[in-house]
Amino acid sequence: MAQLTFREAIARGIAQEMRRDEKVVFLGEDIAAAGGVFKGTVGLYEEFGGVRVRDTPISEQAILGAAMGAAMTGLRPIAEIMFADFFAVCWDLVVNEIAKSRYMTNGQMTFPLVIRSGNGGGLRFGAQHSQSVENWAMMIPGLKVVVPSNALDVVGLMAASIRDNDPVIFLEEKALYASKMEVPDGEILDTLGTAKVLRQGTDATLVALGNMVPRALEAAEELASRGISCTVVDVRSLVPLDTQTILREVSATGRLFTIEENPRLCGWGGELASIVADEIFYDLDGPLVRITTPHIPLPAADVLEDMAIPSVERIVETVFRSMNS
Amino acid sequence: MAKDKKEKKKDSTVTDGPTLTLEEKLDMYRVQVELRQFEKRAYDLFLENFVKGTSHLSIGQEAIAAGFAAAMRKDDWTFATYRGHAHTLARGVPMTPVLAELMGRENGLMAGKGGSMHLTSVEHGVMGSYAIIGAHLPIACGAAWSAQYRGTEQVAVCFFGDGTVNIGAFHEALNFAAIWKLPVVFVCENNLWMEYTRTSEVTAVENPAADRASAYGLESIIVDGNDADAVYSVASRAIARARAGEGPSLIEATTYRHFGHSRADPGKYRPDAEVAEWLAKDPIPRYHQRLIKEGATEQQLVAIEKAVSVAVDLATEEAKAGKAPSPELLMKDVWADGGAQWRN
Repeated sequence: MAQLTFREAIARGIAQEMRRDEKVVFLGEDIAAAGGVFKGTVGLYEEFGGVRVRDTPISEQAILGAAMGAAMTGLRPIAEIMFADFFAVCWDLVVNEIAKSRYMTNGQMTFPLVIRSGNGGGLRFGAQHSQSVENWAMMIPGLKVVVPSNALDVVGLMAASIRDNDPVIFLEEKALYASKMEVPDGEILDTLGTAKVLRQGTDATLVALGNMVPRALEAAEELASRGISCTVVDVRSLVPLDTQTILREVSATGRLFTIEENPRLCGWGGELASIVADEIFYDLDGPLVRITTPHIPLPAADVLEDMAIPSVERIVETVFRSMNS
Repeated sequence: MAKDKKEKKKDSTVTDGPTLTLEEKLDMYRVQVELRQFEKRAYDLFLENFVKGTSHLSIGQEAIAAGFAAAMRKDDWTFATYRGHAHTLARGVPMTPVLAELMGRENGLMAGKGGSMHLTSVEHGVMGSYAIIGAHLPIACGAAWSAQYRGTEQVAVCFFGDGTVNIGAFHEALNFAAIWKLPVVFVCENNLWMEYTRTSEVTAVENPAADRASAYGLESIIVDGNDADAVYSVASRAIARARAGEGPSLIEATTYRHFGHSRADPGKYRPDAEVAEWLAKDPIPRYHQRLIKEGATEQQLVAIEKAVSVAVDLATEEAKAGKAPSPELLMKDVWADGGAQWRN
């Protein structure tokens, strides 16, 4: 058992799988000797060498094309897109090529690949290096979308993503890179498509993803002291979506609050609210409430960015008001 | 084999490289005739509304597909575009599933789920036909990377049109292939026109691909794309170079499409004189004449044409006899487990 940061967990998960399977290769910008701009890949180049851990030019289309071509011919590539905002310059490869090709070819091809990317705000980087793009990825048929919220889940979900035979968008919350927790030694393998109940309550269910998970937990603590008992569910994987766990936990309390960092329109919580309304409407005791970043690009200034992204205070106040109205 | 990097080959028939026997050349003739007759049939079936959607014919450009296919090893990979019927058939994919795919039948190459623009046959090394301009150049790099990593000496051959040279993915892929020394051969089929616009009017250099080669440290190569022997020769050289670990090549093959860009385009924007000039350079009659000069008999060639014609008729019947795709195909194969489930 060792204290591991979220960023160290990235390298640990990748290393575990690279040791296990020679078909796993890794490419991206500044990922090799430099260890990644977020230091999430430190040590991989030293252990596995430049043939398996390979720096690329600033060519996101080439990176993802290379990953796709390698995957269709038998490798299990991991590609890094440094900031999730940069998906916009290579989105064709993700959406039209990687996601559609298995279906178009009637199952002739499989694409066992992982695209890792630094996601979300909180670092005062401004609008082009801060967006949460989980909703972009979630709406594309053919992509799995994984967003871990802690170091232990990073290791296990990374391993599961690498072993998965489908393309996985693995979003690493930049705001969590420095977070730490105890992670057991030895192999860790998690399961995609499983949500985790982190706190059990009786009054309201807070469903959160990634960077919003620790905030939901903190809010639940505060709400408990104000007489509201909350369940907190960490979604972890948007596709596949563990709808059953979420429906069960929402049914149990009768209230759903989604806590989302993505901008409001077409955020994942909208889909979830629709599923809940369709399938367990009569178990509900009150409105479905979405707590999200507003429909704006993220500002750089700390004061403004903190207003934009759902904070513990905003979660507490929103839940409290809604539960008492 | 010439390996002088400074050597420039412009509009010349390349004569070095391995030579083909008459028998092999007759087969290259057969392939060209098959591509031509198949696509003429596909066009007719459009007019009869058996083929729906769109289609992009390679009629006039067959020598490139035939020349490259002859130079490729069975386990080499083809990456094609939406104008991909010829490249698919040239690798040995039977006509019936290709035609049935165009007709949206369950006996189609992808059971009707891909259509004309996405022909794929992994078992024949046809690793997809891509309908987003430029997208497949980086993908071909990935296959080449995989061959390099696994040491299989396979080569990826990636075909694209002249319009592709002005999109970013082209440049990313060329640079990437060059720095990683990937076993990939990029083939620009320069038929002078994008869709409705003359490529030279929107391109900063005279030779759209060849003049860009030096930017990636590559030899500038132009080949007569209407001469299957010349194509074969250049292809063999580039493929051998890739297989030997010497890196990528960029080949510009000059050619002309006899028809418009796609089904909806009669191609009226092209000057009559230009069309006439290129029809006179039709690769198939040209090759026919050459083979006669080289010792083939007229009867041999006519027999090939007739056999192809019979095969095209048979493929047409078989494709027409195919059922409509069964409804369960709709929700199949989004994922590797064969399903489309995104939630529990």
